[in-house]
Amino acid sequence: MTNMTTPPVPASVTLPHAGPLLTRTGWSAFAVALLVVCAVAPLLNLFVPEGSAFHLSDYMVGLLGKIMCYAICALAMDLIWGYTGILSLGHGLFFALGGYVMGMYLMRQIGTDGNYKSELPDFMVFLDWKELPWHWALSDSFIATLLLIVLVPGAVAFVFGYFAFRSRIKGVYFSIITQALTFAALLLFFRNETGLGGNNGFTDFKRILGMPLATQNMRMTLFVLTGLTLLGFFLWARWLVNSKFGRVLQAVRDAESRVMFCGYNPLPYKLTIWTISAVMCGIAGALYVPQVGIINPGEMSTAASIEIAVWAAVGGRATLVGPIIGAFIVNGAKSWLTVTFPEFWLYFLGALFIAVTLWMPQGVVGLVKKIRGARA
Amino acid sequence: MRPCPHFSGRLLHSALRLLAVGCLAASGLAHALTPADAQVLATGESDERIATLNRLAVATDDKAAATLIQAMADEAVRVQGTQVLIVRDEAAVDAVTGEAVALTDEAQDVTINNRMRGALETALAGMQLVGGDPERQREAALSLQRGSFDEPDVAQLPLIERALVADLDPQARQTLELAQAAVLLASEDEAQRLAAAQKLGETRKPEVRPLLLQRLESETSTAVKGALQSSLEALDRTLAIGSALAQAFTGISLGSILLLAALGLAITYGLMGVINMAHGELIMIGAYATWGVQALFRNYLPGAFDWYLLAALPVAFMASALVGAAMERTVIRFLYGRPLETLLATWGISLVLMQGVRSLFGAQNVGVENPSWMSGGVTLLGNLNLPWNRIVIIGFAAAVLIGVTLLITRTRLGLFVRGVTQNRPIASCMGVNTARIDTYAFALGSGIAGLAGCALSQIGNVGPDLGQNYIVDSFMVVVLGGVGQLAGTVYAALGLGLLNKFIEGWAGAVLAKIAVLVFIIVFIQKRPQGIFAMKGRSAEA
Repeated sequence: MTNMTTPPVPASVTLPHAGPLLTRTGWSAFAVALLVVCAVAPLLNLFVPEGSAFHLSDYMVGLLGKIMCYAICALAMDLIWGYTGILSLGHGLFFALGGYVMGMYLMRQIGTDGNYKSELPDFMVFLDWKELPWHWALSDSFIATLLLIVLVPGAVAFVFGYFAFRSRIKGVYFSIITQALTFAALLLFFRNETGLGGNNGFTDFKRILGMPLATQNMRMTLFVLTGLTLLGFFLWARWLVNSKFGRVLQAVRDAESRVMFCGYNPLPYKLTIWTISAVMCGIAGALYVPQVGIINPGEMSTAASIEIAVWAAVGGRATLVGPIIGAFIVNGAKSWLTVTFPEFWLYFLGALFIAVTLWMPQGVVGLVKKIRGARA
Repeated sequence: MRPCPHFSGRLLHSALRLLAVGCLAASGLAHALTPADAQVLATGESDERIATLNRLAVATDDKAAATLIQAMADEAVRVQGTQVLIVRDEAAVDAVTGEAVALTDEAQDVTINNRMRGALETALAGMQLVGGDPERQREAALSLQRGSFDEPDVAQLPLIERALVADLDPQARQTLELAQAAVLLASEDEAQRLAAAQKLGETRKPEVRPLLLQRLESETSTAVKGALQSSLEALDRTLAIGSALAQAFTGISLGSILLLAALGLAITYGLMGVINMAHGELIMIGAYATWGVQALFRNYLPGAFDWYLLAALPVAFMASALVGAAMERTVIRFLYGRPLETLLATWGISLVLMQGVRSLFGAQNVGVENPSWMSGGVTLLGNLNLPWNRIVIIGFAAAVLIGVTLLITRTRLGLFVRGVTQNRPIASCMGVNTARIDTYAFALGSGIAGLAGCALSQIGNVGPDLGQNYIVDSFMVVVLGGVGQLAGTVYAALGLGLLNKFIEGWAGAVLAKIAVLVFIIVFIQKRPQGIFAMKGRSAEA
């Protein structure tokens, strides 16, 4: 979306231009995306008859909705990794935290319709618990759930980030301790005593806000909601990285010591973007759970967090469109390959990791730019 | 052919029929075992039977009685009329006379209840104690001791005392004295009880504890009570020390495993700065190599199966080292200086390796068997049992550590590796082929991971996911120890192992693991460079 006639300059010396949020082409692309999400997709799914070639199947709606959640994660990862140079291997944790908060609300919404016809969620009846543990106190209120979706991942990220950044833990060290944090959380959530469903997590959701979940309309509503959230976050991230705040972040990425010598304290900048990124992941998780219908500690596995980084890397770091494209490419390939060549998927993913880091450091977006630049 | 239990009429009949033969034979044979004794032993009331049994067992020189008791323990005794028969391989012999007897349908099996069985075992053990080689004496003494600990009975006393008089193996004598004390603890005589209580207290054996506790409940004499109490306290102290030592041992054992898993990483990450997320998979390859060697030995050299591990060590090392060298040559060398990219690329490699192993050998775990010299363990201090495979792995970890240290500090290759990691351009100027040294160093680190895999195959499951369990742990160890430090890695591994097992003692395994991870996170806040920080100009690099 940048001006095509200027020769490509190395990223490290690109002068920030306080131009418009998006270029004219950018805005039109954005409008198209908005139209697709809010009008075309619902139309094709709900009103085009099932046999038609233009019909968008429920499966596809579910899949696209899921990938859009992943795209939000990739966007969040891009803000912290692509723009600030901090690789987090713990974003799966924030995603899962948001998902679990939403899951608790959905579990309460089941009411007495569970297998044991009890007010308590089934797994608690199974464990012979008599009342809800303290951390379930707010789970029956939707408003409180919405707040907690933001607050829980935000608070965890803030506290962890404050101590980590204050001690100036950088680079690989930071990546590894985020991994340790996520691993510890994974072990904690696996325990039945934690009161979050153990290794089965939450599933069998019935309704949200009193409305049944498993209807075509509800699926479409969640799809549109996810799409709007993604587009909203995209615009916001665009504004963020173009602002002065965003430029300091990029300066921190490129030369943190120099930023400090210029009189900036990087701590608040890093901490803010870190917390924002975590909250975005939490929201993505909360949107993900009602669409997929399950949340379990598997979302916190080391692999899940690293995959988020790969979506961003495949699409192209330090571009905002890139991670979204990356999330679609990788997850599209995943859902296709795991069905057609289940053996092959891990080879493909592994090769993708290697290929992207070796030959496409700028990702797909960088590749497209290069090809266009060569042609011009 | 279950015979009817009531048979007095038939018994009398057959008694008359065979009387003549029995009398004739009895006169020329053993004098102690009478037909009446044999009859009581086979068919009498429990109390009577045991009394007879103990009396017969004490009579040393009676071969016939000994044979009968042995036969009863083997359940090879039948009663046919008044005759007590020993039936082996369908051939019946009269227990008293030793003459062959025709077996009829009237012969009845002798019932042996649990009480009788225990008494028989004790009697047999007591008989074996007299004469016999030291090995058998020790075994017999132990069996006697078990009997007396399980069910102290004054009836066992004559047996034990007679054996104590005899010429005994010293260890067997000690065991036997304990058995005597256990029986005497229930004696009528207060002085005897007192002595027994003290003697049992001195043993420091966990199996004595219930005996003492039981007596404490029914004891009336205050003096004996005091002795019992102090014996119990002394015993509990020893047991506490034992369990603390056991905890320390499992901690060191875990530490040695962590050390093995992390040592390779200490070279590739610590010295070379390569974040190798596929390190766990290199461990896995080492374990699979061990499995392969084991399979070869089983098929082609079953005689030398016990020594397959020795052959597996170099194979595991080479397998992982070659994979590591290939990784370095094809991927990692292009990513030096870009640690985060290296992390992602090696993660990709780990996925490929895992899936590759899955395609080749299946997703199921494969079975790796311990060689026989590694199974079992040594028991120290009663409740402190150290399994051999753990001991061997601790020793192996130490050996690998020493080897690596010598290699890094004393050899030309080690010198080059240190030179290249400290200052690449200068090393290059001195004529060191830095690219080749990188490959060697990386292969070395990978090979050590292979050795770790060989060791881990002896204590855990070997499957495609093996490495995933160790990757987080080994990074924790290296980061905690301080990058670029072998010594730090050692302290961190042992420290984490001990800490983990110590917390596990009162919080359970999962919480301990979480606590350790949280501890590391907090520790890194305080000392971002690990326990041993690099100082000087290289620290910022």
